[in-house]
Amino acid sequence: MQLVLEKRAERSNTIALVSPLIAIGLTLVTMSILFAILGKNPVSALAAYFIAPLTDSYSLQEIAVKATPLVMIAIGLSLCYLANAWNIGAEGQFLIGAVAGSWLAVKTQGTGAGPWVLPVMLLLGAAAGALYALIPALCKVKFGASEILTSLMLVYVADLFLDYLVRGPWRDPAGFNFPTTAEFDPVATVPILIEGGRLHLGAIIALVVVAAGAVLLGKTIKGFEIRVVGAAPRAARFGGFNSNQLVLLTFAISGALAGMAGIIEVAGPVGHLQPGISPGYGFTAIIVAFLGRLNPVGILIAGLFLALTFIGGEQAQIAMKIPLDVTKVFQGILLFYVLACDSLILYRFRLIFASRQVA
Amino acid sequence: MLDSTPAALHTGATPLLQTIGLTKRYGDFLANENLDIEIWPQQIHALLGENGAGKSTLVKTVYGLIQPSDGEMRWLGEKMVLSGPSEARARGIGMVFQHFSLFDNLTVAENVALGLAGKESFKDMSARLEQVSNVYGLPLDPRREVWQLSVGERQRIEIVRALMQNPKFLILDEPTAVLTPQEADQLFVVLERLKAEGRAILYISHKLEEVKRLCDTATILRGGKKVSTCNPRAETAASLARMMVGADIKQVKAPASRQTTVPRLVVNDLGLEPDDPHGVRLEHISFELKGGEILGIAGVAGNGQDELFAALSGERLAKDPGTVVIEGIAAGHLSITKRRKLGAAFVPEERLGHGTAPRMKLSENALLTGHAASGMVQHGFVNTAATLKTVDRATEAFDVRKAKRDPEAASLSGGNLQKFIVGREILRNPAVLVVSQPTWGVDAGAAAVIRQALLDLAAAGAAVLVTSQDLDELAEIADRIAVMFHGHLSEPLKTADASREKLGLLMGGSSLEPTEAAHAVGA
Repeated sequence: MQLVLEKRAERSNTIALVSPLIAIGLTLVTMSILFAILGKNPVSALAAYFIAPLTDSYSLQEIAVKATPLVMIAIGLSLCYLANAWNIGAEGQFLIGAVAGSWLAVKTQGTGAGPWVLPVMLLLGAAAGALYALIPALCKVKFGASEILTSLMLVYVADLFLDYLVRGPWRDPAGFNFPTTAEFDPVATVPILIEGGRLHLGAIIALVVVAAGAVLLGKTIKGFEIRVVGAAPRAARFGGFNSNQLVLLTFAISGALAGMAGIIEVAGPVGHLQPGISPGYGFTAIIVAFLGRLNPVGILIAGLFLALTFIGGEQAQIAMKIPLDVTKVFQGILLFYVLACDSLILYRFRLIFASRQVA
Repeated sequence: MLDSTPAALHTGATPLLQTIGLTKRYGDFLANENLDIEIWPQQIHALLGENGAGKSTLVKTVYGLIQPSDGEMRWLGEKMVLSGPSEARARGIGMVFQHFSLFDNLTVAENVALGLAGKESFKDMSARLEQVSNVYGLPLDPRREVWQLSVGERQRIEIVRALMQNPKFLILDEPTAVLTPQEADQLFVVLERLKAEGRAILYISHKLEEVKRLCDTATILRGGKKVSTCNPRAETAASLARMMVGADIKQVKAPASRQTTVPRLVVNDLGLEPDDPHGVRLEHISFELKGGEILGIAGVAGNGQDELFAALSGERLAKDPGTVVIEGIAAGHLSITKRRKLGAAFVPEERLGHGTAPRMKLSENALLTGHAASGMVQHGFVNTAATLKTVDRATEAFDVRKAKRDPEAASLSGGNLQKFIVGREILRNPAVLVVSQPTWGVDAGAAAVIRQALLDLAAAGAAVLVTSQDLDELAEIADRIAVMFHGHLSEPLKTADASREKLGLLMGGSSLEPTEAAHAVGA
């Protein structure tokens, strides 16, 4: 008896939808084993992770708050990945966006500036993120440098730049020497949607981004160009589509969305610029993009699910003393299974019983 | 080794190789179904069939590259199970593939050494290589690097490499596809000699005249099944074709009168540097193509046809705009999209991955080349109804068979996809159509439809440029034929004057007699 991986005649659309669920299922099984090894009861650990956060309003809002940057970044990344451009540096674009927007918040602090401050901050964040993403994109187009390496390395540059600013020039004089800017003025803060809650305007912006992404990919010629250039580069060139231009475009859009997500995070839930504003949103968004099948609606669902793991991880740490790093392990295992299950879209397993005696 | 007595290969009443009920299944698809074939020594046995008939599957099984799902093979009457090609070679089965497996940057001798097992020293091996190539009239310089050699010479390496193992049974997969008519004649001499030595040869081809001339036996496959084993010399080309196709092939009809009009595609002294170091440089290519005319470009693959297609389509741009003139407008510097807007249309050789995005729907593939010049895009938004309409029109006009209205390109058979691609371009009413290998790997029915469509398009006033390695195809549809060799394009000959001998000489790089050339120009 043999287990054979066999090519399907046509890609299976059913599996394309089901494969993320298979991946999640396999991840849960693997996590249960891991919990058991850690000496925790797998059932209650998984309940703490995935059920408990869904039971109170605070956690539900918090899931939406965490999903906001994940979804915004992942929509941008999905455009890059569809076009075969590998932007791994969304985390850096997120941080640079946060820094650029914060500049205006810091400069206008206490000046009584009008309500124009927040919109301009968002634009600054998006522009800075886009420009920052164009560095690896240009290096790829002009010199053939691997965008995977350059975009990843620029994450650490952005991280240290932010660190320098909040420890040096932008440090709050009244902040007891903590590395942070002063709390932003109300005109430089993202409005809260529910009185007394944490849900903010960013969630609406994320939904708009999802809708825009769906229209771009599904209805426009640019979206078609992005998909062809990734799926069949030679056919794309034959179609008259310029792959270099599309690398620049998708990197710019993805950088802009990551940058805007960065400034929304700082001007929203955090309220000031400080190191550690991101628990790795830019990297987790890579998982979100793939778990969501590089599809805008899928990304929205996947973003909410990954946000759940962040909240669940915190709750499990409090309730069951499970280390917070287990969340990262979980996300890593999930990405692994998502990519592995994708092969089932084009292939299927087949059991072959001995039909031929070997002489 | 080579002088081991050929007579010993005769074994009386036992065939050298016999397959009994040989079957190969891929999922639900039967690539080979219940094949019973006998190969006898001292015979050239043709294996005939259309693309996808199961020829390659069969020879790969015999050569040990794939395992049969059912049935068995017998070698000299004894059951044979092959776990890989090295076992096949050890028994005396050799194979020359259609696509060569040679390293461009290594010498001939190094390439041969890589393919041989055994403890022979490199020096001895080189000496034996020279000896074998001389004995069989396949001259090769062991010290030359492969990238410097012509396609015919590369094939010689593959043949010599197979002969150095002194095979009892040699399989050749479409060996003449890459040869000029003269080179093919030389190959036939070699094959006759191998046969006289008592070896068996399995000769895969779809060129019927060749098979009738060379082969003693022919097995015809269709849809994975054996249709017949016959004596090809007792058959006509038409009867063999009928067995291959399973139906009579429609004859292509050239329209009675065709008026040539103004020049619609003019190429002036076009030169193009190659993309990669071993590529072909286009040099001083000039021709003029009028409306109502079909110009054929013949030549052995790899002599610059791909580069010429890229230069004409705009996938590669020329420095001087005047080198390519479409409809009277200098277009050498224009992108493919702008050239399409001038009325040009292009059909590349490679259907999947170049002409279409394989995993995208037909409607999206209609958009791929139609986005510039038709109503498919409005203000940046795609008009899906318009793209679907193109699919429906191409389906109807060219009889594209498919499982549903708008399937993925990759799910269509080669012939149907090619009909769709050609249809997609012709429906745009192009003034100039540049098409490369229009019927490569396409079933005979679809090939006839496509050739007829090209003739009709020219009759309607378009200028059509057809690149093909199939001289019969060019003779059937082209008004004039030019030959590409090493990046140069010969002066076009009128089809009536373009004998196989003349074309063969040009394909091999010789020039015609001055008088003939002058005649051709004056004609």
